[in-house]
Amino acid sequence: MLNRLSRMSSMLARDGFALVCAILLIVIIGFALVGPFFLSDHATKMQLTMRNASPGFDGGWLYIFGGDALGRSVLARVIVGARNTLMIAAAAVAISAIVGTLLGMISGYRGGSVDNIIMRLADIILSFPALLLALIIIYLLGPSGFNIIIVLAIAGIPIYLRTARAQVLEVRERLYVSAARSMGLSPWRIVVSHVLPALLPTTLTLATLEFSNVVLTESALSFLGLGIQPPDFTWGAMVAAGRSYLSSAWWISFWPGFFIMLTTLSLNVLSSWVRTAMDSQQSWRLETSVTS
Amino acid sequence: MLTYIIRRASHSLIALVGLLMLVFFLSRLTGDPASVLLPVDATAAQRIEFAARHGLDDSLIVQFGSYLKDLVQFDFGMSLRQQRGAMEPALEAFPHTLQLAFVTMLLALPLAVCLGALAANRPGSLFDRITTILTLAGASAPTFWIAVLAVLFFSLSLGWLPTSGTGTIAHWVLPVGVLMLRPVGLLAQVVRTTMVGAINSPYVKTAWAKGVPRSQILFVHVLRNSLLPLVSVAGDLTVSMVNGAVIVETIFGWPGIGALLLNAIIERDFAVVQACILLTACSIFILNIVIDLIYAFLDPRIRYS
Repeated sequence: MLNRLSRMSSMLARDGFALVCAILLIVIIGFALVGPFFLSDHATKMQLTMRNASPGFDGGWLYIFGGDALGRSVLARVIVGARNTLMIAAAAVAISAIVGTLLGMISGYRGGSVDNIIMRLADIILSFPALLLALIIIYLLGPSGFNIIIVLAIAGIPIYLRTARAQVLEVRERLYVSAARSMGLSPWRIVVSHVLPALLPTTLTLATLEFSNVVLTESALSFLGLGIQPPDFTWGAMVAAGRSYLSSAWWISFWPGFFIMLTTLSLNVLSSWVRTAMDSQQSWRLETSVTS
Repeated sequence: MLTYIIRRASHSLIALVGLLMLVFFLSRLTGDPASVLLPVDATAAQRIEFAARHGLDDSLIVQFGSYLKDLVQFDFGMSLRQQRGAMEPALEAFPHTLQLAFVTMLLALPLAVCLGALAANRPGSLFDRITTILTLAGASAPTFWIAVLAVLFFSLSLGWLPTSGTGTIAHWVLPVGVLMLRPVGLLAQVVRTTMVGAINSPYVKTAWAKGVPRSQILFVHVLRNSLLPLVSVAGDLTVSMVNGAVIVETIFGWPGIGALLLNAIIERDFAVVQACILLTACSIFILNIVIDLIYAFLDPRIRYS
């Protein structure tokens, strides 16, 4: 395991672009984890002289990204917004990956009517506009962070479900699984110790890719005013808040959106890198060539 | 083929009924339309009269039964807000959405194919690297942010293009341009990846050895390999746009079905919500069958049974 990890990291060091993205991501996550402890006061503190202050060093390092309409530090708000955005997305991805993969395994391994019911339910979720689902749940249960997570998690389940099911259908026919079955192992044991390990790499790659999609969906929802509500905020809501001051203070909308893009871009680059690195037939490309 | 379509249709019908049922019951949980549509100081008697007039006083099961009964007679109910059939505003808005999706894909596909093919032509070249970074950025950028920045730059600063609305060609530029970024980015990546894979295959080497011109190898022999993944990703993107490009439609004041649906939900105009969902779900079903047919046309090995 340790050996593999060091091989992966030396492969990462050779691929400049992926390395930059990994570092960016670590920095963003680091700031999101640590920053709010020091900056959450500054994110809400209004300083009237700094209203719509333009980016620069005039107002000290806190106002390097400028000030918003109420004179709050955009930098502090971007960092606190990062924590909310990333936490919501991480929780949603974790829930939908676990629930989706579990249901997909049940669906694929059991087959028959259970499979049919689960797949039709997935069809319904897929054809249900995520926006409508979000509006309804938020009307019903109120716009709390937890409810947003549930909305995003439900909308994400079908992808994991379908992938897991398709893989289980293939894995269950393999010789070692048939052997386990003929030795009288319980279906539960077979699934957990023989099928699940085969699914994990794909599910993890899918999850990194989905993470960036979920960040985008969550931002779009909060841009439309359907995310967590003030005083809490995420990047999407910050972009929306800056819209009214677009012609006089573009930076209020610019920075949060810029960091959304930086995060999703890094995630996309890394997930395609991980996909190649995990694929033993492809990974030689990363080990041998500098440019790929 | 026909049996395939029939089986597909029966699956979709189940999903559609389930969808309508969920939309029907869940949307009614969001609250009473009277509280949005009647004045705040409406008397209890007025509220009861309002509910009775629109059949909102029956139990939910009865309401759903009569909704289904009307539905099979192609009666989609009345819009509470607009005092007309619920399907009318949906049918008015839908062409706008379809036009937007169609024009966007029509421009995005050739652009993505050219970018992807030129990048795959010389993997690792400067052009390839720039295209890769730009297409990745296009696929990763939040649409609403790009839309806001585009309005700021092209409409407010330069004053070249209108901020919102429809009518002239100039009104199309920003919505289509913003909506195009993600499809162009994703599709160009698909084309590049599949083409780079195919360039090393034996049949391409044979073509080289025979002295086939480079452009012909690239666009005739290699590009063909990308068509199936291209169609499948393009299909998914079109489906999501037909569902209503809510963000672009709201920011640019485009009177499409996504904007209509959002408004109808906020105003609790349930009949319109249901009409919109029904309309988009049916067209997505047809679109999916068309995509399957294109698949079968492109790759004769694919058989549906």
